Amino acid sequence: MSTSPKHATKLRLSEHRFFQGFEGPLVGLLQKEAIEQTYGPGDLLVREGDPADKFLLIYEGKVALEIATPGKPHLTIETIGAGDALGWSWLFPPQEWRLDGRALKATRALVLDAEFVRFTLDHHPTEGYRFVLRLLPIIAERLENTRVQLLDIYGA
Amino acid sequence: MTALARPEAISAHPLAPTPYVVRRRTIETSDTTTLVLTPTKDALPPSHHPGQFNMLYLYGVGEAAISIAGDPLAPNEIVHTVRAAGKVTNALAQLEPGSTVGVRGPYGTGWPLVEAAGHDVVIVAGGLGLPPLRGVLREVFMHRERYGRVEIIYGARSPRDLVYYTEIQDWRGRPDIRFQTTVDAAGREWYGDVGLVTARIPDARFDPANSVAFLCGPEIMMKLTAQALETRGIRDDAIWVSLERNMKCAIGLCGHCQFGPDFVCRDGPVFVYRDVRRLFGVREV
Ligand SMILES: Cc1cc2nc3c(=O)[nH]c(=O)nc-3n(C[C@H](O)[C@H](O)[C@H](O)COP(=O)(O)OP(=O)(O)OC[C@H]3O[C@@H](n4cnc5c(N)ncnc54)[C@H](O)[C@@H]3O)c2cc1C
Ligand code: FES
Repeated sequence: MSTSPKHATKLRLSEHRFFQGFEGPLVGLLQKEAIEQTYGPGDLLVREGDPADKFLLIYEGKVALEIATPGKPHLTIETIGAGDALGWSWLFPPQEWRLDGRALKATRALVLDAEFVRFTLDHHPTEGYRFVLRLLPIIAERLENTRVQLLDIYGA
Repeated sequence: MTALARPEAISAHPLAPTPYVVRRRTIETSDTTTLVLTPTKDALPPSHHPGQFNMLYLYGVGEAAISIAGDPLAPNEIVHTVRAAGKVTNALAQLEPGSTVGVRGPYGTGWPLVEAAGHDVVIVAGGLGLPPLRGVLREVFMHRERYGRVEIIYGARSPRDLVYYTEIQDWRGRPDIRFQTTVDAAGREWYGDVGLVTARIPDARFDPANSVAFLCGPEIMMKLTAQALETRGIRDDAIWVSLERNMKCAIGLCGHCQFGPDFVCRDGPVFVYRDVRRLFGVREV
């Protein structure tokens, strides 16, 4: 894994799908604190049980979201890639990752400190509300997808 | 060389099967087998259109509707991929080369390849939905210049449940199409995508105003995929789905396969989504 210093990144939050068309000063404020990170195949972006202290936006690559069951091999339940946001555990208590995020190939992301994002959202409640409205469909979609996956629709 | 007769001439009664011989057998997954059949008599199989199906009959066991998974441009044989789901399909999946099987068909409508020409083509298959689309892929590859961008998304339960595994590797390597595979769950040995086929639609490359989409798989998968395609801007009359219903006669006589006002065997199995969408997800249709 390698990290670029703040302000050095060429990646723009406003160009990520999550923030596309998002108006107001919030995106600029967050951009100032964004750190670019690159991960090699096999690197963990987040680890189950660790404090969820960052918000990651993927620009390039592929990340497997895995769950570990004691005594069983890791199971990938979803892969995400360019244009996706990784997780929401950082926003809600207990702010702890519920899964592993492992790079399957070289991956580039902008990483925001979760505490800073929560603080900024609190102080810009109107934009904060719009931010949460962008996150909710991602949560709802993952929930719906999980429901369909549970149906085992292709099963014999 | 003498021209071979088409077996319409061999089997006179519409419900009488024509005997075929299993020439080759490929085990695809733990429960799915591909059979290559040729007529026992010196004849060619009747020509078919991708998306049509045959009724396969085993003496003393019964009959099942099975899609034609072969290449319409390889007229000497017919190909069927069978998943062992019950009495007949269990027996079919166990047939060894040299066994005889009764075949009648082909029946039903096929995929609208003429309408697809000149358009981007989005193909979404789930589970055993790939075999009925295999003929479409062959046709598209053979006449690649007739179509715009071609985007294929194939979903399965796990990497072990992917059919045509070797062929898929070739298809994925083609520079003139994009073939994406995604599974519901996988271990670390799998480097492909995990998630529903619908998750691949937002990034799929096609012009919604000039595309046709062919969907085949479990009904709920087709419904969610059609919704995702409509969100991208494809109209519901440019989306085609293939339906499955229990069949008996397969020629529009018995009513077993009724789906609203239609008989799937005669009016389908391929339907325009606009015409059937209100019945999707309706119980006991
Ligand atoms: C147009 C069409 C194309 C088909 N193409 C293929 C194919 O390419 N490969 C393949 O393996 N199968 C295909 N099927 C499904 C196949 O016809 C059924 O799985 C088969 O008839 C089941 O018969 P059986 O005696 O083996 O099982 P049964 O003992 O009759 O039933 C076993 C289970 O399968 C269910 N079932 C029975 N018929 C169907 C059906 N038509 N659709 C869904 N579930 C059913 C039953 O409700 C039961 O739960 C197709 C069906 C249709 C209508
Ligand atoms: S199976 Fe008899 S009408 Fe369709």
